[in-house]
Amino acid sequence: MLLHVERLTKRFGGLLAVNDVTFSVEQGKINAIIGPNGAGKSTFFNLISGLYRPTSGTITFKGRDITRLPANERAKLGIARTFQTTHLFEQSTVIDNVIIGHRLRTSSNLFDAILRTKRHRREEQACKEKAMEVLDFVGLTHVADRMVANLSQEQKKRVAFALALATDPELVLLDEPAAGINPDETEGLEELIVKMVEGGLTVCLIEHKMSMIMKIADRIMVLNYGEKIAEGTPEEVRNNEAVIQAYLGGSAIA
Amino acid sequence: MAVFANRRLWIAVLAALALAFPLLVTNSYYLHIMTISFIWMIAVYGLNLFAGYTGYLSLAHAGFFAMGAYALGILTVKVGVPFWLAFVLACLFTTLLGAVIGLVALRTKEHFFAIYTLCVGYIIYLVIDKWDSLTGGVRGFIGIPAPADIGPLSFQTPVAQYYLVLFFLFAVIFVMYRLVYSLTGRTYIAIRNSEELALTLGISTMKNKLASFVLSVFFTSLAGALYASFIRFLGPDIAYISVMFDFLTYLLVGGIGTLAGPVVGTLLVTFLSQQLQFLQDYRMLIFGPILTLLIIFYPHGIAGGFIRYQAKRKEARRLEPEANRAAAELAVSSQGRGERHAEEG
Repeated sequence: MLLHVERLTKRFGGLLAVNDVTFSVEQGKINAIIGPNGAGKSTFFNLISGLYRPTSGTITFKGRDITRLPANERAKLGIARTFQTTHLFEQSTVIDNVIIGHRLRTSSNLFDAILRTKRHRREEQACKEKAMEVLDFVGLTHVADRMVANLSQEQKKRVAFALALATDPELVLLDEPAAGINPDETEGLEELIVKMVEGGLTVCLIEHKMSMIMKIADRIMVLNYGEKIAEGTPEEVRNNEAVIQAYLGGSAIA
Repeated sequence: MAVFANRRLWIAVLAALALAFPLLVTNSYYLHIMTISFIWMIAVYGLNLFAGYTGYLSLAHAGFFAMGAYALGILTVKVGVPFWLAFVLACLFTTLLGAVIGLVALRTKEHFFAIYTLCVGYIIYLVIDKWDSLTGGVRGFIGIPAPADIGPLSFQTPVAQYYLVLFFLFAVIFVMYRLVYSLTGRTYIAIRNSEELALTLGISTMKNKLASFVLSVFFTSLAGALYASFIRFLGPDIAYISVMFDFLTYLLVGGIGTLAGPVVGTLLVTFLSQQLQFLQDYRMLIFGPILTLLIIFYPHGIAGGFIRYQAKRKEARRLEPEANRAAAELAVSSQGRGERHAEEG
């Protein structure tokens, strides 16, 4: 078990965004979280990546309790994530965006920067090499010098992937990677996610595109109104009465 | 690469012009204006580091500027500390206070940060204005000595003072230049771009913001200390909000978050307001609309607009061969189809 979440709850005032969810991410697998809009999926991600503090419950990563750890410390332990909106710096080049992804593995500070110390030059080089390596992995070497603003939505998603990969993670959380992407491109992203897992990474993703989830996910958890209503293989989830109800409302006809 | 060489050339030309200025222009009034704009530039670089590169608009910087100036005045006149020691202490004192204020202020974000620092700036102004026995209050603070000699170097003449200020301006620009193109600078820019993303990339945003804020306060206090030793008379007005908005105007006109912005903006606005001096207070009638138009059509300032224009052209030039190749391929394939048609026919 790479990541284990035990009875996690997040309350915003009177709203229970995530309610008593217990969930595990299996190493080397593609773990998916699905659910209708407002089901608490993104909140759940924010809790795992450390942007929110849970109201109660615990999060363990590689056997270590990280419930109280800030987001940047979690990233150093090997949890990376992407956002629904990519948050990239549009007015800058792809490579300049990705270089910062490896910053957490470097230690040069303000004085190294001003004095251009050996350490700074070495680490700057390492960050650039890492950036080229991950851009190669996501298949964007040819646009490395292009401005992000001029890329297609799908390419921007790949840049966001590259940025997450540059942190040398073990677990990558992908928040709706295929949102706003056409079907052909979605297939390309599926291949990329599978390739990441084959490379030894563990993936946990939120997605609305069922065809994609059913095709690549090893395990699926379904959230509704902040609660876990089902969990299992794609086949099990597809035939689950509660899931069909949550998505279609009322009882299943088919 | 050509752009880089170009940039180096620009810097060399501007530096040579700045060095030759006192030889070319012997009018002491212009020399005075130039020296004072260099001091503003240093302060604006301070503001730029934090507002432009780290994304937090501090409105307390006029306060820090005044604090650096008054600290130098009080240390030299009231305590009797030797000039250069007082100079260093004044900057250190202000920077340290800035660090303490930063620790509290940086718990807020966006407009809350701006409002909080606006209040801090105003409190500094009030302290200077009301603490009569220490600062002289509204009567002002007089008798600050000119910079003391360093070995054979004397700073008694306006030309010598010009070069002293220019030296510090060069030093500040050098540090900024190194910083912006370093991993640390990239870290600040990442925080400006998206603090959430920076956090999840493993960047300690609080630590980096504080470091950037402290260095930014240091630059501004340095400008304040230089101001005190150059003008040698201080009034509480230098801590007032209007000075803060002058800094901000210089930065916005020049280009926030650009290296050239503070130089371009300060020079241009200072020059313009000098030219419109004869209109007295009515000059704001001309100045206001010009500024408004500039902000509407050049929201990234002059330097920022220029950089964007250049980037666009570079991108277009890079895409041109690709487009040409695609067009050529299209032509070849349609030609091929044409031949096949001919054969079939």
